[in-house]
Amino acid sequence: MSEFLEQYGGQIFELTVEHLWLTGAAMLFATLIAVPLGMWLTRRPGWAKPVIGVANVLQTIPSLAMFGFLLPLPWLGERAARVAIVALTAYALLPILRNTYAGIRGIDPALVQVARAMGLTNVQRFLKVELPMAASLILAGLRTATVTCVGIATIAAAVGAGGLGELIFRGVASIDNELILAGAIPAALLALACDGVLGLLERRFRVPGYGSAA
Amino acid sequence: MTAAIEFQKVRLVAPHGKCLLDDISFAVEEGTTTAVLGRSGSGKTTLLRTVNRMAEPTSGDVVLRGKSVREADPVTLRRSIGYVIQETGLFPHMTVQRNVGLVLEAKGMPRRERMLRSQDLLNAVGLEARTFGKRYPHQLSGGQRQRVGLSRALAAEPKILLMDEPFGALDPLTRTEMQDMLRELLARMHRTVLLVTHDLNEALYLGDRVVLLHEGKLAADLQPEDFLRSRQPEVEAYVRAFHRGELSAAAEKRA
Repeated sequence: MSEFLEQYGGQIFELTVEHLWLTGAAMLFATLIAVPLGMWLTRRPGWAKPVIGVANVLQTIPSLAMFGFLLPLPWLGERAARVAIVALTAYALLPILRNTYAGIRGIDPALVQVARAMGLTNVQRFLKVELPMAASLILAGLRTATVTCVGIATIAAAVGAGGLGELIFRGVASIDNELILAGAIPAALLALACDGVLGLLERRFRVPGYGSAA
Repeated sequence: MTAAIEFQKVRLVAPHGKCLLDDISFAVEEGTTTAVLGRSGSGKTTLLRTVNRMAEPTSGDVVLRGKSVREADPVTLRRSIGYVIQETGLFPHMTVQRNVGLVLEAKGMPRRERMLRSQDLLNAVGLEARTFGKRYPHQLSGGQRQRVGLSRALAAEPKILLMDEPFGALDPLTRTEMQDMLRELLARMHRTVLLVTHDLNEALYLGDRVVLLHEGKLAADLQPEDFLRSRQPEVEAYVRAFHRGELSAAAEKRA
């Protein structure tokens, strides 16, 4: 075991960092797209069904196929990391989008009315009432998306984007179970850690005594 | 003297074509309380909402101290009018103190000043600010929540208070306590109040005048003492419904 760690420890660490960077960048993009989009949809509910439908379809594309589709595209295909980040972003959209939309739509309409009647501007109503009340559910979406992405990111190694999947693929190719585990165990731990941290954050933002978020 | 609130032939037709308010005219004098009575769907809440432009009349006008609400910016107008609804109105993610000071926060008053002001207000409605200020709405009883709602409505020192069935969700005893508190507070503070209720008792107890709405129309506009004596059919029906339990108990005793 110690011998194994000596041989692969440095590599595992490097690949974990790479894995985190791929997932983190994708989550950042997905959040920047899906949270504002989800908010916008609450103002234009007619668009909600088609837009969430598109995100849903993206989710159903098999991940290996998704990486394959993106590879031949200009600019994107030049770097494997770009392909991986775009694909992961696409997978992360749905949970964040859906929860943002549901979180804001789920607020008691009487409270939104009161906020208006008290003379809060649209921006104030959004920042002081809607966003904090939906925060826990939005974070729950972020958590689901992150855990999914940490898993899918292992497949990014198939297009040469690196990450812990690299050890897994190498292990599979050389029929080396230890090597597979060297990639799989850290990936699983990473997913659990993200789940735990985001879970704490989600609870922190839960509105006391108001429904049951997520 | 110009009235604090004057409804001038207010008519409001909903988008689906139903007439919610039909040609309503009456005036509310400065510093008085007018109870707006009526069954569910009679248009009382809608009438209340025309005052702070939460609902826009299709025709007619609402005039506050000689100035049409149409000329006012909705946000500024709403901040200058207190608004209380049933206990659902408090924001669950804010402490009691922040709830009370929210209009001041929206207006940009510094935090310290705001906190001091909300503490005074809480004390004024009979809630110890030091005990209750840091609590969240779900940690309060129904009556306490309603007190918080009232102090929040008073925070920006509004001349006009709109109250939409403020005590509707409370048990009868708590409700009478709240009514006493409100009456005492209003006697001190001199505010113009429009109080929507379906409780005749409350209307008679708190109102300097009682207005009855019936299917969007103004059915009666009377002093409380005249209300019980009125021979108008809509008023009589309301009074009869109100005394039903009493009459039935008396009849059983006789039998």
